[in-house]
Amino acid sequence: MSLPELSARARHGADSSPAYPDDAALVKRLLAGDEAAFNGLVEQYHGRLIRLALLFVSDRASAEEVVQDTWLAVLTGLRSFEGRSGLKTWIFSILTNRAKTRGQRDKRSVPFSALSNEHAQDDHAVSPSRFTPTGNWSAPPEQWDEDTPERLLLRHETRALIDHTIAGLPPGQRAVVTLRDVEGLDSTEACNILEISETNQRVLLHRARAKIRTALEQHVQKR
Amino acid sequence: MLTCRELTEVITDYLEGRMSFIDRVRFRAHIGMCRDCRTYLDQMKQTVRTMGKLPPEKIPPEVQTQLLERFRDWKG
Repeated sequence: MSLPELSARARHGADSSPAYPDDAALVKRLLAGDEAAFNGLVEQYHGRLIRLALLFVSDRASAEEVVQDTWLAVLTGLRSFEGRSGLKTWIFSILTNRAKTRGQRDKRSVPFSALSNEHAQDDHAVSPSRFTPTGNWSAPPEQWDEDTPERLLLRHETRALIDHTIAGLPPGQRAVVTLRDVEGLDSTEACNILEISETNQRVLLHRARAKIRTALEQHVQKR
Repeated sequence: MLTCRELTEVITDYLEGRMSFIDRVRFRAHIGMCRDCRTYLDQMKQTVRTMGKLPPEKIPPEVQTQLLERFRDWKG
């Protein structure tokens, strides 16, 4: 293992085997100036970074600027990248820090911690009209085929529907579901980024998922 | 006894593994007996899985070219 930062870690008595071997290999190629590796990285992450930036800033142009800045910061920081977190987590944290600062500067962002009670008390996962007074299903969900939503996802219409539904959620719900379900971060990472408690995060996730399931259900039934 | 309606409100706690042992037992018992709630649970899992497959937008070629130039400057 010839990465300088890993040798440094070894000198400090840390475990010298990289926690993220694929990332270590990629970083090595980037540090060697491998353009294909850089193009691959940019292709893999650019759209995801835009999607994340849009959680914090008010418009598309700001999001694009934040992402550009992020890439420059990634290049600047690469030589001292320690590999203690994964590359994805590292890039995402650079992005979110910048996007938050930008959002605050534009005075368009409200702390997500202030939004955790954004759902109304009568916000139900499933419409009460679908249950009997004793709480059993009166209009139960219909079984989807194993691959129904995923197959539908191949259609532009379905992708647009989900994107649109997520975009229409209250900001806290949109942020949590994007980080957790769209980008696949774990709850600790999502809570850290949004500076909210685990419980708030779970409530927001619950509301968001319920709405997206309902939208998908209506969409599937139309087919 | 957990009702179907209640189950739909605690499903995220279940999926997140944030249920007490006894609540988890009640949840599993309900799911074991109720086909409609099994369907609901399955739909919720499919919803989550589907969101994970939403493709991000593609990077515009001119942005990619621009970034590659910065990369070349960087590597010097």
